[in-house]
Amino acid sequence: MKPVLEVTSLSQNFGGLRALNDVDLTVREGEIVALIGPNGAGKTTFFNCITGIYTPTEGDVFLHMPDGEKARLNGRKPHKITAMGMARTFQNIRLFPEMTVLENVMIGRHCRTRAGILGALLRDRGTRREEQASVERSYELLRSVHLHTLYNETAKNLPYGAQRRLEIARAMATEPHMLLLDEPAAGMNPHETRELEDLVREIRDSRKLSVLLIEHDMGMVMSLSDRIYVMEYGSRIAAGTPEEIRANPQVIKAYLGEEAHA
Amino acid sequence: MDLQYFFELFFGGLTRGSIYALIALGYTLVYGIIELINFAHGEVYMIGAFTALIVAGVLGMFGFPAVAVLIIAALAAVLWAAAYGYTIEKVAYKPLRGAPRLSPLISAIGMSIFLQNYVILAQTSDFVPFPRLLPDLDFLEYIGYIMGPSDFIILVTSMLTMICLSLFIRYTRMGKAMRATAQNRKMALLLGIDADRIISLTFIVGSALAAIGGVLIASHMGQVNFNIGFLAGLKAFTAAVLGGIGSIPGAMVGGLVLGLCESFTTGYFSGNYEDVLAFGILILILIFRPDGILGKAKVQKV
Amino acid sequence: MKRIVKAALVAVWFMVLTFPLMGIKVNSVAKTLTWRWDRTALMGAATFFLALLWGWCFERKARGLPIISLPPGGAGRRPESGPGVRRGILLAVLAGMIAMPLLSSIYQTNIMISALLYVMLALGLNIVVGLAGQLVLGYVAFYAVGAYTYGLLHQYFGLGFWTCLPLGGVMAVIFGLILGFPVLRLRGDYLAIVTLGFGEIVRLTLQNWSSVTGGPRGISNIPRPELFGLQMGIEESSIYIYYLVLAAVLITILVISRLKNSRVGLALQALREDEIACEAMGIDVTRVKLSAFALGSCWAGFAGVIFAAKTTYINPASFTFMESAMILSMVVLGGMGSIVGVAAAAMLLILVPEYLRAFSEYRMLIFGAVMVLMMIFRPQGLVTGEKRRYRVPGENRARQTVEASHEARA
Repeated sequence: MKPVLEVTSLSQNFGGLRALNDVDLTVREGEIVALIGPNGAGKTTFFNCITGIYTPTEGDVFLHMPDGEKARLNGRKPHKITAMGMARTFQNIRLFPEMTVLENVMIGRHCRTRAGILGALLRDRGTRREEQASVERSYELLRSVHLHTLYNETAKNLPYGAQRRLEIARAMATEPHMLLLDEPAAGMNPHETRELEDLVREIRDSRKLSVLLIEHDMGMVMSLSDRIYVMEYGSRIAAGTPEEIRANPQVIKAYLGEEAHA
Repeated sequence: MDLQYFFELFFGGLTRGSIYALIALGYTLVYGIIELINFAHGEVYMIGAFTALIVAGVLGMFGFPAVAVLIIAALAAVLWAAAYGYTIEKVAYKPLRGAPRLSPLISAIGMSIFLQNYVILAQTSDFVPFPRLLPDLDFLEYIGYIMGPSDFIILVTSMLTMICLSLFIRYTRMGKAMRATAQNRKMALLLGIDADRIISLTFIVGSALAAIGGVLIASHMGQVNFNIGFLAGLKAFTAAVLGGIGSIPGAMVGGLVLGLCESFTTGYFSGNYEDVLAFGILILILIFRPDGILGKAKVQKV
Repeated sequence: MKRIVKAALVAVWFMVLTFPLMGIKVNSVAKTLTWRWDRTALMGAATFFLALLWGWCFERKARGLPIISLPPGGAGRRPESGPGVRRGILLAVLAGMIAMPLLSSIYQTNIMISALLYVMLALGLNIVVGLAGQLVLGYVAFYAVGAYTYGLLHQYFGLGFWTCLPLGGVMAVIFGLILGFPVLRLRGDYLAIVTLGFGEIVRLTLQNWSSVTGGPRGISNIPRPELFGLQMGIEESSIYIYYLVLAAVLITILVISRLKNSRVGLALQALREDEIACEAMGIDVTRVKLSAFALGSCWAGFAGVIFAAKTTYINPASFTFMESAMILSMVVLGGMGSIVGVAAAAMLLILVPEYLRAFSEYRMLIFGAVMVLMMIFRPQGLVTGEKRRYRVPGENRARQTVEASHEARA
């Protein structure tokens, strides 16, 4: 299988602090890959690094485009990276709280639509058609995350689990072929988590994309992911299939062991 | 250019700068603790000056000796300014804790406008002559050719005040609590520091410093009106930013640097663009080095 | 009982606090001293009741109840009856506005002109502050740029109003971009201060560059707008300007409401809500910010040209920070992002002090208080919840469900 996201020896320094140290990671086409590790291991920093919020100090981030082109992402701005087909959600939900559910998703359509200021003022046929298409497309996405009945609700009024799903729908609206999820199951009950698992699988299958997710829920990670990367103190300490990770003594010591004691 | 002129400008700049520094400390203390640009701080300074004017006027009519008038008026200014600072925080900022970042700022701007107009309504919108409270000290005559006696008093008083503040912050319990709260409010709370009290204290201290500045400058200039706080406040804020907002030595250095800059440009070039210079510095610093001369860079959290 | 004691204590505190400024008046020239105990007593009584009200408001706020409830504008509740009623009201207001100069004196027409100019300014600032969430405190600078564009171009090149109107807008946009570029990376409160500094620099430059701008004296004898070379007296001319401004306001409202509901408008609002999420959604934040600055300053430029034509005389004193703050408080009162709300707030804040003589002294005091109180008790502004309705597939079913969920909650 072809790789989609290729990260090689990525490092990030903040002043004297080394938050990421020489991290390698690959996500292949159609895979669901999990990135796990104790709190403060640098997982979210890793996300921020590859999505352009930080500029990596060293290393390379490559995104393979569907047309076969290989693009280097280092130093590109976040919105460019999203437009290239890599979308993300946030650990601490970052919706547009005062806007409606539908509008939240429509904003995801921004980089796939064209209407400018002039179009807004004239409201010509093209603009209206584009807008209606955007509404319908967003509504369909809401349907896929089971939020379509609440489309006119203000986003901040949604329950927690629904907000997480809305974030996924919003990310999907940017038409990514690589989706990054930062702790999508955080704060969800077991039932919701199971639903989320199905949702992620379904999105992967129906939209042909690859997923990289950060997650603490071990049950979900083990059953959902094709491969797992483990980080500790900013470095990658293991990689492999769920079975391999479960058996890896270093991982057990660093992460699962800690969990088992607690 | 002769040396005497240079020194005149130099000491003039220091005097002016030390006042900026006094007011800048109020901005920096508050910003350090609640990350708010206390827009109404300039008005507290103005109210301090007005209070001193009124108290001095009353005492003068009852025939108190000059020294007593000075001391009582200055004390009253400090007390009332502190009370205003405390009240402003309770009314306009405390209810907004945890609100979106811009809400307290808009509230602060509103408070500033409110206070200016309160003074217009309560007193007057005209310039009011301020009594010469600062005594002419005879022994100062020999330095009189480079700086006036009031310059000297301003410089010494503000330096002493700043030294006291530094000692207070460094060694007292409350000062330590203030520093702790500024560094990490949540942690300070966990350690049993009452953040509300510390915030109140910060406003009180900052306002008292501004009042000292207000009395000094008003008796130096000889007049006050409701609007003096706006410009002085903005310049002091510039000074605070210049030195790195949140940093106490930064505010002092920033104030002095700004004062000197203004004094030399006015002296050697033209006085017309003195205020433009200050705002220009403010904008350039915020854009190119928002952490100031002595501040530390922060990483934005996502 | 406890509340009353507390209110009494607050009253005493405020009496002491305000005593030197309110209670004593010293005239050092005439050597007279006036004690004004009545004022202090009044202050005490007023604060006593205000403290009670304050406590009551906080209790309601804590319980999540609205402090002021407004019947119209709280849309979303009853989407069926809303638009019809609202359109009726708006049409009535519009008819009144059109008839107004024919029915009233020239004095009142002039007041209305300035109120409408403020509506225009407030709506323009609403794009930047209300929609895009960029707190700009130097908005009046763009107003000044518009006014001086007309003043100077007329003085030096003899250009007329209609030539200068677009030029004023263009100049304001250029200044908006000059300000916009360097401040792109700035955080909210720093942005506010930088724009404030920018506004002051523009004003001080106009004031000190006497050789070109006439300094503090400003520019006079600016012609009123012409109409096909028609000769008009002052009265006709005022009425003409009135309709001009009214038309300008209507155009502003049309443009801004279309803008708000467009793709660009959504991006602006996303920027206000969360800049980082906005970027992550593929929105070019730089571009959106610059558009906001350009669009916002453009209206101020137009308003400036019209202002210069209306007063025929401009000087830097018309463009102080207070002016910016006034416009901002209109946006805050009306509700950030709400077009109806901001327009109504601008009218309210200009006309009420104008017509109630007793209020006019307290005008700026009220502006300040409004800003503080709104932030505390109703940060979303008077008019909220202008939700746009979208046509979604299978609309009827969806609407019923939404309605049901609303009723279930109510």
